[in-house]
Amino acid sequence: MYTQGLDQKGQQGDDRKPVESAEQLAAFQARVDAEEKIEAKDWMPEAYRRTLVRQISQHAHSEIIGMQPEGNWLTRAPTLKRKAILLAKVQDEAGHGLYLYSAGETLGTSRDEMVGDLLSGKAKYSSIFNYPTLSWADIGAIGWLVDGAAIMNQIPLCRCSYGPYARAMVRVCKEESFHQRQGFDIMYELSRGTPEQQAMAQDALNRWWWPSIMMFGPNDSASRHSAQSMAWKIKRFSNDELRQKFIDVTVPQAEFLGLKVPDDDLEFDEASGHYTFGEIDWNEFSQVIAGNGPCNKQRLARRRKAHDDGAWVREAARAYAEKQAARKAA
Amino acid sequence: MSDKEWPLYEVFIRSKAGLSHRHAGSVHAADDQMALDHARDTYTRRSEGVSLWVVRSSEIIASDPKETAAFFEPAEDKIYRHPTFYKIPDGVDNL
Repeated sequence: MYTQGLDQKGQQGDDRKPVESAEQLAAFQARVDAEEKIEAKDWMPEAYRRTLVRQISQHAHSEIIGMQPEGNWLTRAPTLKRKAILLAKVQDEAGHGLYLYSAGETLGTSRDEMVGDLLSGKAKYSSIFNYPTLSWADIGAIGWLVDGAAIMNQIPLCRCSYGPYARAMVRVCKEESFHQRQGFDIMYELSRGTPEQQAMAQDALNRWWWPSIMMFGPNDSASRHSAQSMAWKIKRFSNDELRQKFIDVTVPQAEFLGLKVPDDDLEFDEASGHYTFGEIDWNEFSQVIAGNGPCNKQRLARRRKAHDDGAWVREAARAYAEKQAARKAA
Repeated sequence: MSDKEWPLYEVFIRSKAGLSHRHAGSVHAADDQMALDHARDTYTRRSEGVSLWVVRSSEIIASDPKETAAFFEPAEDKIYRHPTFYKIPDGVDNL
């Protein structure tokens, strides 16, 4: 569901200089410029490989951690219909995580290594999942806004230069549209409900709006690796372009719902045809990324516990497989 | 026992009868049956398939991308294998 420009902010480990000739690099860039797809076993610059492993694994981790805020409401969904829908959505998130780990593994990094980096806290995931889901309306807001933002980010990734990532994103995008619509459907129903339900919808929008537009990552001017990712055609649009696009399509939807976007500086600019909007609190963004968001510790602790609690199942399945294989051989 | 990774399987889906199986991605599984179950749950949640193949990734023999040019070279200079190589005289139809 969610990728974020996390890698845009100075990260460690990018400074090793592998031995790559100028001819190799130029030939690679020529392939990319010609819109050829790069496949798993093809030669690629180490920095391209590292950028992809980081982005794909962060993306996968986001899907996996992203199950938690929504899973929080599975047992308390208001109707059986809503519960069945939410279950399907949360299951999709697990699926998206798996498509992405699968794409990441083609780059020569094992699943265990990627998961290990998540569990140790070394790897990042999207900041948005470190906010709590306090009411049922939050499930609506997440589908509508968070998945909406994710779609903006992910549609261009379907044309990413790395084949396995692009193919995984095609699959993800097909399913993402259901996520956004089910979220909007929840908001639509609440916005036409009792005054309490309307207030609940407004409260959810108030809390999720700013974190959602932060999902596009830092402003272009502060975005460290953007230019390189653009040249490699991993990224097709800048953070600010995608954010603007998201705001332009989402504000009219909020108006349709009769909800107020919590930004006093928001206004439509006739001349440009775009909305202008207020300043994002980048300090909050950095804090959440750095691990100090409302739920960072809880999310990671829960994932670690689930991983540890499942250890005996993984072991038992392997022991059973080994026993069956030995029997067959005998 | 160490918590070592389950083997990797590549997944191929036939989307409907009449079409070939097509590579979809991969799954980890302890054994073949579990690989099929995981492939079903991961790649066919919306009736994307009527048949699944899974095969251990380590069992796939692949051509080497570094050798692509040389490996496929024998076909490069045999343009007479394509129908467009032949000039059809005016007045000849249905050929």
